[in-house]
Amino acid sequence: MSTRLSTGGRLIDRTKPMSYTFNGKRMKGFAGDTLASALLAGGQMMMGRSFKYHRPRGVVASGAEEPNALVGLGQGAAFEPNQRATTTELFDGLSATSQNHWPSLEFDVGAINNRLARFFPAGFYYKTFMFPRVAWKKLYEPIVRQSAGLGAVPKERDGDTYEHFYGFFDLVVVGGGISGLIAARAAGRAGLRVLLMEQTAHWGGRAPVDAAADGATVNDAPVDKLVEEIVADLATMPNVTTRLRMMAAGVYDHGYVLGYERLTDHAPEAPGPRHRLWRIRAGQIVTATGAIERPLSFAGNDIPGVMLASATRDYIVNYGVSPGDRVVVVTNNDDAYRTAIAVKKAGLDVPIIVDARAAGGGALAQAARDLGIRVENGRAIAKVHGKKQVEGVSICAQAGEGGVLEEIACDAVAMSGGWSPVVHLWSHCGGKLTWDEAQAHFRPDVHNSPKGDAGETFVTPAGAANGAMQLGDVIADAGEMAGRAIAALGGTVRAEPVTASAPDEVPMQPVWLMPQGAGPKLRMKAWLDYQNDVKVSDVQLAAREGYESVEHTKRYTTLGMATDQGKLSNINGLAILSDALGQPIPQTGTTTFRPPYTPISMGAIAGTARGAAFQPLRRTPMHSWHEENNAHWEPVGQWRRPYCYPRTGESHAEAVSREINQTRSSVGLLDASTLGKIIVKGPDAGRFLDMLYTNMMSTLKPGKCRYGLMCSENGFLIDDGVVARLDEETFLCHTTTGGAESIHAHMEEWLQTEWWDWKVYTANVTEQWAQIAVVGPKARAVLQTLSDDDLSAETLPFMAWKEVTLAGIKARVFRISFSGELSFEVAVPAGQGMALWLALLDAGAEHGIMPYGTEALHVMRAEKGFIMIGDETDGTVIPQDLNLHWALSKKKDDYLGKRAQQRSHMADPNRWKLVGLETLDGSVLPDGAYAVAEGVNENGQKRTQGRVTSTYHSPTLNRGIAMGLVLHGPDRMGEVLEFPGTDGTVSKARIVDPVFYDKDGEKQNV
Amino acid sequence: MSEPQSALTGTTCDGIAKIREVGLQGMITLRGDLSATEIASAIADATGCALPALREITHEGRNSVSWMSPDEVMVFVPYDEAEATAAKLESALTQVHALVVNVSDARAMFELEGPNAREVLGKLCPVDLSPDSFGQGIIRRTRLAQVPAAFWMTSDASFRVVCFRSVAQYVFDTLKIAAQPGSEVGLYTQANG
Amino acid sequence: MLILECPYCGVKAEETEFHAGGEAHIKRFGPGSSDADFEGYLFNRENPKGVHFERWRHANGCGKWFHVVRCTMTLEVFGSYSAQVSEPPQEIRDAITAKRPGWCWRDFA
Repeated sequence: MSTRLSTGGRLIDRTKPMSYTFNGKRMKGFAGDTLASALLAGGQMMMGRSFKYHRPRGVVASGAEEPNALVGLGQGAAFEPNQRATTTELFDGLSATSQNHWPSLEFDVGAINNRLARFFPAGFYYKTFMFPRVAWKKLYEPIVRQSAGLGAVPKERDGDTYEHFYGFFDLVVVGGGISGLIAARAAGRAGLRVLLMEQTAHWGGRAPVDAAADGATVNDAPVDKLVEEIVADLATMPNVTTRLRMMAAGVYDHGYVLGYERLTDHAPEAPGPRHRLWRIRAGQIVTATGAIERPLSFAGNDIPGVMLASATRDYIVNYGVSPGDRVVVVTNNDDAYRTAIAVKKAGLDVPIIVDARAAGGGALAQAARDLGIRVENGRAIAKVHGKKQVEGVSICAQAGEGGVLEEIACDAVAMSGGWSPVVHLWSHCGGKLTWDEAQAHFRPDVHNSPKGDAGETFVTPAGAANGAMQLGDVIADAGEMAGRAIAALGGTVRAEPVTASAPDEVPMQPVWLMPQGAGPKLRMKAWLDYQNDVKVSDVQLAAREGYESVEHTKRYTTLGMATDQGKLSNINGLAILSDALGQPIPQTGTTTFRPPYTPISMGAIAGTARGAAFQPLRRTPMHSWHEENNAHWEPVGQWRRPYCYPRTGESHAEAVSREINQTRSSVGLLDASTLGKIIVKGPDAGRFLDMLYTNMMSTLKPGKCRYGLMCSENGFLIDDGVVARLDEETFLCHTTTGGAESIHAHMEEWLQTEWWDWKVYTANVTEQWAQIAVVGPKARAVLQTLSDDDLSAETLPFMAWKEVTLAGIKARVFRISFSGELSFEVAVPAGQGMALWLALLDAGAEHGIMPYGTEALHVMRAEKGFIMIGDETDGTVIPQDLNLHWALSKKKDDYLGKRAQQRSHMADPNRWKLVGLETLDGSVLPDGAYAVAEGVNENGQKRTQGRVTSTYHSPTLNRGIAMGLVLHGPDRMGEVLEFPGTDGTVSKARIVDPVFYDKDGEKQNV
Repeated sequence: MSEPQSALTGTTCDGIAKIREVGLQGMITLRGDLSATEIASAIADATGCALPALREITHEGRNSVSWMSPDEVMVFVPYDEAEATAAKLESALTQVHALVVNVSDARAMFELEGPNAREVLGKLCPVDLSPDSFGQGIIRRTRLAQVPAAFWMTSDASFRVVCFRSVAQYVFDTLKIAAQPGSEVGLYTQANG
Repeated sequence: MLILECPYCGVKAEETEFHAGGEAHIKRFGPGSSDADFEGYLFNRENPKGVHFERWRHANGCGKWFHVVRCTMTLEVFGSYSAQVSEPPQEIRDAITAKRPGWCWRDFA
């Protein structure tokens, strides 16, 4: 059983005890512990259940690669599932719960899956749930959904805050081990702007742990000393920034690196954001990301107590925690002997070191023997005994099929299958890998590196991440590779004589299956991917079933698809696949490495974009008044516009009717500030607008307004609005609300990229003006009370504009109407919009003036048969479809869209055309409904002959009115069409003139 | 006549930097051929400021002129003087092709002040704000979180930030989160010594 | 995410400051043009593996459109230049040739 040792632990502070809970049970640890080390210290080896078979699982690793020890952390608004216990720093009051079991970790009903494991092979889901098809929706999907997912979904909104930061550095060093420290110091001394980041809370990486076992020194001093010295050096350099608890999540094009800084995970009471996502641009990146140890594939290699040899060593050396009293070490390389030595030095027992290599190890093996440890070469573990805890191992020959030579009692197994460089960041942005035969791992192929915007290499691997596995080689490689990155930035490197003294190691020997000839029964219990429960037998089955691509095998077996993304399983899995396919490993290749390196929080990705700052919400100058007056909001792009202003006890429909009736009978107000307003000025302004609008704008007289249409070069309508000519050279173009920015950009695009010799300047003045439509028979009377200027029809006729003073504010008044009523659109500087709004409400009080919202606006324009961009148009509609021929100039040789409108399909007389639609029973047609025609199409669906584009209840006419596009519509007045609804009912509507109200336009001409 | 109101009427917030909506500010967009001598002299006559070079902002008393694009500058004068200054510029430029338009109400301006001001802005804008790369006299148009913005420094520890009026509340809210207590990055303050 | 340099304001910035605007150097065909020419203008675009000419706008900046030449394979950027030219200037062509000898794109080489 695991426990705390009475001494040791270089990272813990025994004077600072801490208390935490695991599944509600109070437990104790020390400052400096990880949750995993504290759990082990408390005897809690089993930390979770596996995903598919619900097998009991203990911690396997001691760092970011951990697949098993996933817990739910925190509670309520701070709850987060799937957190690795190995990377979770202990703090006082931490609360953790284990996952994937019901009702409890110790007794789990789902473990029945384990007994049925042979019925759940690779591809089980694909094979089983295909037939019968009807069963999917009713039976399979509910079952799969019930059992799917890792951990629990948080129920509350995340209570923490997050942020981004844009960082710019010459050189970013990823990894704060020996290599990263050496690289950062060299770059710092070269005067570069350097960022060094380390994902854990400590500098130094693995080297100090190894040295604790083998006594290695650097420059005749302990390795710890070198770490301290470099860290102290870096602290004195103003050009170097160092960060602990910061992981490089990904490397992307052109030197872009995402740095994930965990600010308060270890101190949740601290103020400030929880995570900060650094969006970094680096001239050069050095990946000193180290290496990850591989498990060995033997039967029972997932029973709690079986751990990576490096993890076993870490728990003893770093945390003073013993994973067990009797630790069997099994290896194919020399490094694991350090673990045996560390175990022995901690006063624990190593009954045997099982070395799969026939010739065994080198100096470290001798050192182990000198400590009295029994070493057996050419041996393997046939099987681990135990269910929730290791109880012993069966020893066999590695070369055989698993015939048991000996049974050894133990409570922990430390395994090592060799080391794989962490090549993720190198690979994220296109760095290629090369297979290192001697060390049986993929390492960066430095001749095929990620390339930056100038075609230069911008990522350089260093140290163990570059395949240098022994201390001396690591130090030499780090210096060499850092030198290359620094030189690429034009820096120079001072030679640093660093000499390491460490035991020489003899070559490792690849072992992909233990024993080599293990039969089916053993292979079914030899786990490759712990988190997704993929075994050696699953990958072999996939190969037999024809999966030759490693990418396909991954998806079929789910190997490497869990939250750990196969950090432990990938190489072992593809070695098994290669063997099954009878091809060398490099030919099989690896799956794609994708960011992030380990999962990052959704909050960090969002940054400040949450709650009120989730996205820009645009407000008009009168926004606060609308808010205070119970506006029901309609989002229009990023604007919020009042849809209507419901009064107490009033439905939205009732409010809309009230607003329309008031406006049509007396006077209403609309906040029209969101309409786009663009100044177009210059000697060529008229010529330019003639190209942009389908109708003629250059002939417009100063002081007058004209409605215009804009089309894209494809001929389709993109915007409409009223143009006012301010003076000989200056036009003011009104656009739709959604068109303000896009139409301004559209204008600039044509001016800058096609007609760059035309003398025209534009300015988007949309937000300079608050614009208020004063609408209704009493509109003039209301305005006139606020102004001494003459607003009569004689001086300000329909489609004219004028500068006047209203309520003491200088204003432009445009006599334009989108409702068919007498209407004035008044524009004042935005800072005085609210003042004018209030003045108008005051002045109109005697006429019962009230504001109306966008829905009333829509209904009133539909009553008049006016089109709305986005309703009658959808990007496939041309002006001709809407019977707007009158707005298409025949005098102009050219305008944007003219040529396209001459294409055969555009000139087709069978294009659907705009008509009005009147239901026979007065009801409101469903929006978007299609009119059916005789017969069926090739898919057996009813043919269609038209569709509804706008449909409302008209309070003015007290009936449903609609507009639609109908085949030969204008020639079919009076015909009745059928519109089937989605609920089985059919609405009948008669084709009518789209102008439902005041056909002669008398109301606006007063 | 009522008093004009700025977008947020001077709202303030204290965090690791002080945020203040500056209030009314006269702004005039001037577009034209910036190499034409008429433009430089019109600007000098109207504001006392020199024509700014590429990505620069010049100041004279309460007036400033900032480069906006190869054919555009923004003229900053007190709000009450904007109309008159615009008229003056316009009449000085009748002989050249130019556009002068008073846009004083179209935007909002913020002051961001304190030793962490660089870092607060650095959380929202993809711009290198280290003292070596960014200082007084430079104007930068860029993206602030999700909206276009421009900023320049008025001292070693304060910025002016300009955005469109409709998103003033969004920019204020976003700056406020970025300046929340305890959120110091410690990068530029470290570099300062 | 790319970094591009705006030739108008000299800012080298990340992609989020810019807006992509499709292929560069497209000649407009208007009324009177043949169906084939007009179809080519509206719809036919290059899809090269390698050197490509694009339009970008410094949308969150000076607002100007400009041209960028880059490699669609490696994302290497060969240069950016004014949008107010109908063909790439010689120094841009030379810069491409230095990195991709023998390149060609539409009628340019």
